[in-house]
Amino acid sequence: MSKILVGLKRVVDYNVRVRVKPDGTGVVTDGVKMSINPFDEIALEEALRIKEKGGASEVIVVSIGPGDTQQQLRTGLAMGADRAILVQTDTQVEPLAAARVFLKLIEKESPQLVILGKQGIDDDNNQTGQMLAALWNRPQATFASKVELDGAKAKVTREVDAGLETIEVDLPAVITSDLRLNEPRYVKLPDIMKAKKKQLDTIAIADLGVDASAQFKTTNYAPPAARSKGIMVKDVAELVAALKQKGLL
Amino acid sequence: MAKILIVAEHANGKLNPATAKCVTCATQIQGAQIDVAVLADDAGAVATQAAAIQGVKRVLKIENAANKEPLAAVLAPQVAAAAADYTHVFGPSTTFGKDLMPRVAALLGVGQLSDIMAVESAHKFRRPVYAGNAVITVEAPQDKKLVATVRTASFQPAGSGGSGSVEAANAKAELPTHTRFVSRSAAATGRPDLQTASRVVSGGRALGSADNFKIIYSLADKLGAAVGASRAAVDAGYAANDLQVGQTGKIIAPELYVAIGISGAIQHLTGIKDARTIVAINKDGEAPIFEVADLGLVGDLFTVLPELEKALSG
Repeated sequence: MSKILVGLKRVVDYNVRVRVKPDGTGVVTDGVKMSINPFDEIALEEALRIKEKGGASEVIVVSIGPGDTQQQLRTGLAMGADRAILVQTDTQVEPLAAARVFLKLIEKESPQLVILGKQGIDDDNNQTGQMLAALWNRPQATFASKVELDGAKAKVTREVDAGLETIEVDLPAVITSDLRLNEPRYVKLPDIMKAKKKQLDTIAIADLGVDASAQFKTTNYAPPAARSKGIMVKDVAELVAALKQKGLL
Repeated sequence: MAKILIVAEHANGKLNPATAKCVTCATQIQGAQIDVAVLADDAGAVATQAAAIQGVKRVLKIENAANKEPLAAVLAPQVAAAAADYTHVFGPSTTFGKDLMPRVAALLGVGQLSDIMAVESAHKFRRPVYAGNAVITVEAPQDKKLVATVRTASFQPAGSGGSGSVEAANAKAELPTHTRFVSRSAAATGRPDLQTASRVVSGGRALGSADNFKIIYSLADKLGAAVGASRAAVDAGYAANDLQVGQTGKIIAPELYVAIGISGAIQHLTGIKDARTIVAINKDGEAPIFEVADLGLVGDLFTVLPELEKALSG
């Protein structure tokens, strides 16, 4: 039976209003709630559903990050993953390096499927899945909204600008999840207790023999340019007049 | 000197305007030579359109029966091969470009810069992170090829009237057969395309039902506008997925954006902040959408919209 590898990235929680530090060196993360990247939670949910339908025997959650990332992996285990691997590093890892890390783990675990979130809501790169598929020389099905496994193949519906596109890929393959692939389950308290006993291995990134050096240098963080506040009109007649004045009607 | 290859996006023999926006971005790199690659089964018509974009020097036709549908796994090795003589390889930050370009970058053994919103130099750019809550300045190494996607909402399309040459390119690569196109369902609405429309009317959760959402279509048709929706409206099933505007949907920059019953969550605002004029109609005067709207009207949309339609007909 087959394994599914799922990536879980530790990111600033979806509900936190992110603020840029006044000195432009980054965003404020001190005391800010950290969570599993929402797209990755969807990826894990999909993997669990595939396993529950008999399409896989083991779901392994993987993260790359500092020691604290264990929290997010434990949450993944509480959701139902079988075991976890933390590739530990204190420095920011770019998508290409992350893809190289995943490739190393793939060589070790030989999964049938790798499911990742389509993008991290921190750096918004939307790259790792595609890069991994290239390095692995396997198919990619990005921005998935529906996944149907059929033996050694998968049929994936993708959310593209023009609407929905369906492709068929041979397994093993990389899938990246879009928002509407599923709705992730809530973690129940007994599952949190059970998750504490599940296996969580930690590997130092250096021990994987992966070149994780950064290629890009971020020199400044700035808040986005604000739009100037406009005017309030009191009724439709005023609105139409204002639009006419702007030459829009 | 920078030599930039732009990967054209196209469908049904038509060049997507996103390509001309990538050209504008590329022209902001001083002294750059700009070429466009058209990968297709028959690239003729699209190549002619690409050659007419101002600033384009050469159009490379990369023709192969396998290029009929834009499968990243099939296109990427060919783009990587064609990129040999270039310093930069750009694609649009559309689902096409986002799918393809990272695969190209990894095949070339380099990283990718996503969503260029401003050019500072050939190796220094600005891009949004954290759903647009921060803008970072990023330096790319000078000694590596730079693969990047261009945030199309940040650039106007380059003009036409150019006279680039068209030639067949040598981009030989081994093409995989492990990925196959099955089907595409595009909603044929007869309305302008949301991504490129100059006017957009969007509806939010306040519409209350898919049936009520029809008044958005009706107003859009009056204005000759495309229809969009907030994530809340899409999640509630009032509108189709591909209408979603925002960080996780489409990022657009129309001349006129009319937000109806949309509160203005940050992830929605990220998708519209480059619109020229934003009009907001909402019952709640405290809604964040009014912070960014050029024209705001507090009122019940079910009263305001019929009045507005009547005024537009008059």
